Amino acid sequence: MLKISCPWCFERSEEEFVFGGPSHLARPNNNDEISDKKWAEYLFMRDNVKGVSLERWGHVHGCGQWFNMARDSVSHKIHFTYKMGEQPPKNWQSICGGDDE
Amino acid sequence: MQGYSLLSLARNAISHHEGWQKAWRSPELKAEYDVVVVGGGGHGLATAYYLAKEHGFKNIAVVEAGWIGGGNTGRNTTVVRSNYLFPQSAEFYDFSLKLFEEMSSELNFNVMLRQAGMVTLLHSRHDVEVMRRNLNAMHMNGVDSVWLDAGEVADIASGINMSADARYPIKGGILQKRGGVARHDGVAWGYARAADALGVDIIQQCAVTGFDIKNGNVCGVRTQKGNIKTKKVAVAVAGHSGVLAEMAGFRLPITSMALQACVSQPLKPVFDAVVLSPAAGVYISQSDKGEMVMGGGLDMYPSYAQRGNVHTLEQVIAGVVELFPNLSRVKLMRQWAGIVDIVHDSSPIIGHTPVAGMYINCGFGTGGFKATPAGGFTLAHTVAHDKPHKLNEAFSLKRFETGAFIDEMGAAGISH
Repeated sequence: MLKISCPWCFERSEEEFVFGGPSHLARPNNNDEISDKKWAEYLFMRDNVKGVSLERWGHVHGCGQWFNMARDSVSHKIHFTYKMGEQPPKNWQSICGGDDE
Repeated sequence: MQGYSLLSLARNAISHHEGWQKAWRSPELKAEYDVVVVGGGGHGLATAYYLAKEHGFKNIAVVEAGWIGGGNTGRNTTVVRSNYLFPQSAEFYDFSLKLFEEMSSELNFNVMLRQAGMVTLLHSRHDVEVMRRNLNAMHMNGVDSVWLDAGEVADIASGINMSADARYPIKGGILQKRGGVARHDGVAWGYARAADALGVDIIQQCAVTGFDIKNGNVCGVRTQKGNIKTKKVAVAVAGHSGVLAEMAGFRLPITSMALQACVSQPLKPVFDAVVLSPAAGVYISQSDKGEMVMGGGLDMYPSYAQRGNVHTLEQVIAGVVELFPNLSRVKLMRQWAGIVDIVHDSSPIIGHTPVAGMYINCGFGTGGFKATPAGGFTLAHTVAHDKPHKLNEAFSLKRFETGAFIDEMGAAGISH
């Protein structure tokens, strides 16, 4: 069972949260000229990182807010969370124990 | 290969069973192969077997990071069935079930297939309406399935909670009589032994560390035990598909998640069939050893950890106890998880990758075991001919660009 620190509610049980895909995916805004391949890249293709990555989570059975989380998919260790619209620290990969992805 | 038969059993009994050969060799890795299969699970071993048997390849290696059948092949709940909704899936999975029906004699290895049926429970008027439609679709697709009324469900799933105030009242069910269970280890070992007899080198404890790619063509595989020259690579690694794809420089529409299962202590016979309740989110069957084998939904976030969380397990157990109150005092014996490759439309990807000469079989998610023979058969065909078999044409990676999805979310009702 993970204990997740929601930036709004602090530490709560994993059961109150939902995983919502990778963070910082930018939706292409050139809809008219974008190729099907590029569109598929955005919609479906995933890094599926073995190691630390940035994820979006929603506190759906709590405050209802979405936020970002740096989490390790092997150890399940949660390194830090930060609010929607914020960027992670520039050196987040070294903060999380090096570039092991 | 030393054949297995009643006669050979008797002959070896005389020599106190000391004369049996190993079921497969442990050869040294060679410097060059015609095809390298990455992944020694059921799908990878089946791919190697069909490449050798159906397509005449003589120089094949299967490289496996751990031991054969030690990943999802040894972690699933051994269910086989083909009661899917869409024609492409029905054709593929029914072909797979047919190969299961012939497998023990084909491989000269008892995979302990037990076709005692698979029941899907219906708990509400809405379940009944939807499944009437699905049943008609199955009949249109030529898949055997029959309607059960509540009484017939009670006869098959003995001990099920039939009371009027049950949390999940029984309104009926559908039964695929050809569904059932097979021994998952046996499938891996059977394919391994038969492939080895056809000259396939099975190399265990040999993780792939990279690929050599020139001008978009694969030309080698780098492993822990040395580099291999090859022009064809077949990848069948389920939850680790994304890791291998990254080594080859492309991405897949896959998220790896943990799927749990558990078994109880062994009991005397309770019921024969596999029982699935989409509403309760659980399925349950009894193994030949008597253990109740149970599973449910995914741990719903990315994981490579091969272990699950207690609250997901608790949901599964709660569902089982609601359906079968007589199991409430039974003790759990083991719990485990496998890392499954979840795709947006819950259908597999079998075919070409963006790298020429490299082919992939992945995306089976929570339901790969039942597809083991067909997954291997179609991947072998695709590798041999550089074009897909009729059965896996629709399951290409291209569908994520064209939008021709085969959305089988409804097939099992449990996140697959």
